[in-house]
Amino acid sequence: MLLALILIPILAAVGIYFGAPARLTALGAAVANIVVAIIAIMANSVFSVEVMSSLEINLSLGFAKDGISIVMLLLAVIVTFAAVFSGSAPEGREKLWFSSILLISAGAIGAFISRDLFFFFAFHELALIPTFLMIGMLGRGDRKEVAWKTTIYLAFGSMVLLVGLLMVVNDIGSFSMDALRPIAAEQQNTVALLLIIGFGTLVSLFPFHSWAAPAYASAPAPVAMLHAGVLKKFGLYGLIVVGYKVAPDGMAHWLPLLLVLLLCNIIWVGLITINQKRVDLMLGNSSVMHMGYIFLAIAALVDNGSSFAMQAAVLLMFAHGISIAMSFCLADRIEAKTGSLELNQLGGLAKAAPTLAFLFGLVGMASIGLPGLANFAGEIMVFFSGFEGWEPADGLGAVQIATIIAIWGVVISAVYMLRAFRHIFQGDTSSRTEDATDLGVCEKIPAILLAVILLVVGIYPNSILQFLP
Amino acid sequence: MPTYTIEFLVVGLGVFMLLWEAFAAPKNKAKLALIGAAGLTVALVLLLMNMCCGCGMDVPAWMSRFYTTEGYAMFFKAFALVSTIIVLLMSYDFRSVLNRYTSNDNSCSNTGEFYTLPIFACAGLMWMASATDLVSIFVSLELVTITFYIMVAYMRRNVGSLEAGVKYLILGALSTGFLVYGIAWLYGAMGTTDLKVIAETLSPSSGWTNYPPLAEFADPSRHYALLFGLSLIILSLGFKVGAAPMQLWIPDVYQGAPTPITAFLSVASKAAGFGVAIAILTPFINSIEYGAKVKMILVVLAAATLLYGNLSALAQTNFKRLLAYSSIAHAGFMIMGMAAGAVEFVMIYLVTYLIMTFAAFFILGLVRVQDDSDEISAFDGLAKRNPHLGLAMTIIMAGMAGVPLTAGFVGKLLMFTAAIGSVPMIVIIIAIISAAAGFYYYFKIIRAIYWHVPKTDKPLEVPCISKIAIIILTVATILVGVIPNIAENIVKFSL
Repeated sequence: MLLALILIPILAAVGIYFGAPARLTALGAAVANIVVAIIAIMANSVFSVEVMSSLEINLSLGFAKDGISIVMLLLAVIVTFAAVFSGSAPEGREKLWFSSILLISAGAIGAFISRDLFFFFAFHELALIPTFLMIGMLGRGDRKEVAWKTTIYLAFGSMVLLVGLLMVVNDIGSFSMDALRPIAAEQQNTVALLLIIGFGTLVSLFPFHSWAAPAYASAPAPVAMLHAGVLKKFGLYGLIVVGYKVAPDGMAHWLPLLLVLLLCNIIWVGLITINQKRVDLMLGNSSVMHMGYIFLAIAALVDNGSSFAMQAAVLLMFAHGISIAMSFCLADRIEAKTGSLELNQLGGLAKAAPTLAFLFGLVGMASIGLPGLANFAGEIMVFFSGFEGWEPADGLGAVQIATIIAIWGVVISAVYMLRAFRHIFQGDTSSRTEDATDLGVCEKIPAILLAVILLVVGIYPNSILQFLP
Repeated sequence: MPTYTIEFLVVGLGVFMLLWEAFAAPKNKAKLALIGAAGLTVALVLLLMNMCCGCGMDVPAWMSRFYTTEGYAMFFKAFALVSTIIVLLMSYDFRSVLNRYTSNDNSCSNTGEFYTLPIFACAGLMWMASATDLVSIFVSLELVTITFYIMVAYMRRNVGSLEAGVKYLILGALSTGFLVYGIAWLYGAMGTTDLKVIAETLSPSSGWTNYPPLAEFADPSRHYALLFGLSLIILSLGFKVGAAPMQLWIPDVYQGAPTPITAFLSVASKAAGFGVAIAILTPFINSIEYGAKVKMILVVLAAATLLYGNLSALAQTNFKRLLAYSSIAHAGFMIMGMAAGAVEFVMIYLVTYLIMTFAAFFILGLVRVQDDSDEISAFDGLAKRNPHLGLAMTIIMAGMAGVPLTAGFVGKLLMFTAAIGSVPMIVIIIAIISAAAGFYYYFKIIRAIYWHVPKTDKPLEVPCISKIAIIILTVATILVGVIPNIAENIVKFSL
């Protein structure tokens, strides 16, 4: 059952390569995967087969008791469906377009349901090549340079990560993720640093963040949706399920550093985001900025060890994944309708495309953190988790101070999001926006699906939190 | 059939084919390659049958001083046979370039020996795998090296090939000198050239009493003599496997040599170098006295090799040269594994390396034959000219770079696993940087395949043999990557 989750997209990609109707096959695979994922989660299935005896590497798939992988799997299959549905492949490139999307999705799903460090790492890397090809071949702007930069950043991060993971394996003596336990004290600091840098690079932790915004801006919309929405969460997922488990003391040792870096993510990158003149770059930077909040939840988890902080991190990961995917999906539509993403060339689009304006406004509000939408639930939990177990008599600790500073990030989000909305949808129409058409039925489906999920999770966060004990 | 007769069989096949070529040559001499490959396949089947039933392992007394079927011998024998078969098949599809540079009228009249020489090299490689005495190692090594001198310079009307031949000859002779001189010093210090005796004498349990001359080992001058001899031998082995600082010949020779021979050099010759290095160095690594010293030399070699190979590869524009530097880089990883004492992991690495390297050279050979170019720019727009070949090359290059779920990742993972905890952290860091650099230069090929506009729209034809070989090797790259047990079981089976 679980193996099917990975095999369906891979086989569909192979089928597309050998001439199956691209869009139809990809859609079929995405829908099938949603169904299979729900069944697998309900059945709580497991799968394991040995692939290398001397190192005891197993291809073992399953859901850990902490339930994070369930949430991540749901996120992956939902965003995959939206990514396949949205956007249109350039003429003659359908094969590459859809098979790449499916391969990226297979990699992400595989990484989240692996219970073995080898495949946990390997599946994530699988997504690297299709991402490289898609950005390089079908991207926008300086696509080639951006593809290079992204690939080298991610490859470097992965290598650092690999060494960190191997040190863990060396200490524990097993690749199995069920066997993870705190490693020897003298190694914790090194391992924790390697994991923070390794995973951090993949999640665009400051100062290893500069690949992310240009990559998302250049990438074709489905790739940006999948990467920013799903694949990037791999690093955060890894820090929680591997980093915190094997090196809690090491993480605590580097906590001050982590706090400084995540504040840079929120404030520094936030200010950069305000300055952006293009919608795609703004969204890319905003996604880097929002990673800071999730890092803050991880910092709180390291600091006070409460499961509340972990729930906060996971909920925000899910909410951000959905909202950023929806943003990129809509940004792509804006470009398709008007031919531009420059803020000063747009204006008054709401007249011609009210549905688009409504949906973009909704997701903009979500990413600011308006109550009633999923991101609010996540962010508020993150801020509370910073003060979890804190007594006023203790005075403010580092995490509490960081939380207080981080809250200002919400203001920054509001500034750039509202400004972008005003520039795109309000004011006088420009020549580009006058003749624009509104979203068609097919274009609405993925966006509305994601919007509904944002609303449902926002109003009833337990729909996600129930998976997390 | 006793295993030791298989070498005789292979030599006999070579002699028979030389005579046949001289007196009753077929019209198309490239057919010799196919016949040779068929003959070697028979030898391989015989070898595998022996390995399966475990029979024929006995060595007659008159040979046992120089020859063994134990240890890693069978693995390296099979490795040599498989590589040679693949090289011969590759030569068949490479025949047009060969004809052009060996005769004035593009005929195959002067190419006969080219298809028989690899068989002799194969016999040498097989013997080397079994050699247990420094003298027999030296003799078999010479059989291989001298054959290679001819093969490298075979395209006599091509300046590059001649240049490569001369360079290989001079530097190869130098390294041979090192080897003989080192053996002489070792003999002077130990009083024997028999590796089994050396191993017994050096083993921690023997307490220096097994062998009479070593009672005098307390004498420090003998100690230094042994170390000096050993370092000379390591130098010449470093030449064989392409370890820095003895790697200088590799780029020029690889670039100039005919493509199948380059593949042969970079797979079989390198593997044999590692086989010999394992045979000679293992007793020293295991000894208390010399273990740490030898390991330290290996660690330094590994670090230098990794740095040199990967950093120089970054700037290459010629694909064959790039593969040469990449082969240096791979050697660096394997030396790191050796320094960590993980011999079986090195052998698994060799299996994965064989698969990917031969696949890359097959595709390079095709491009060379049809576009007459080895440059990376010759791969521009390959995806448009032949999409399937482009995809295969993408998988191979990803494998070389070490993208997970390909064979290359398994190899690198094993080397890192072995190295962590047993080699200094700085070397591991160098290895990380090297591996990350690898992504850059291997992805350059992928970029050329997909991003660049082809110079011609002429589709790239793939002849039958190459097609089958490329499909098998590409599928193997992925299969071994997903199920590393395959490579591991191959190695285990041979032990």
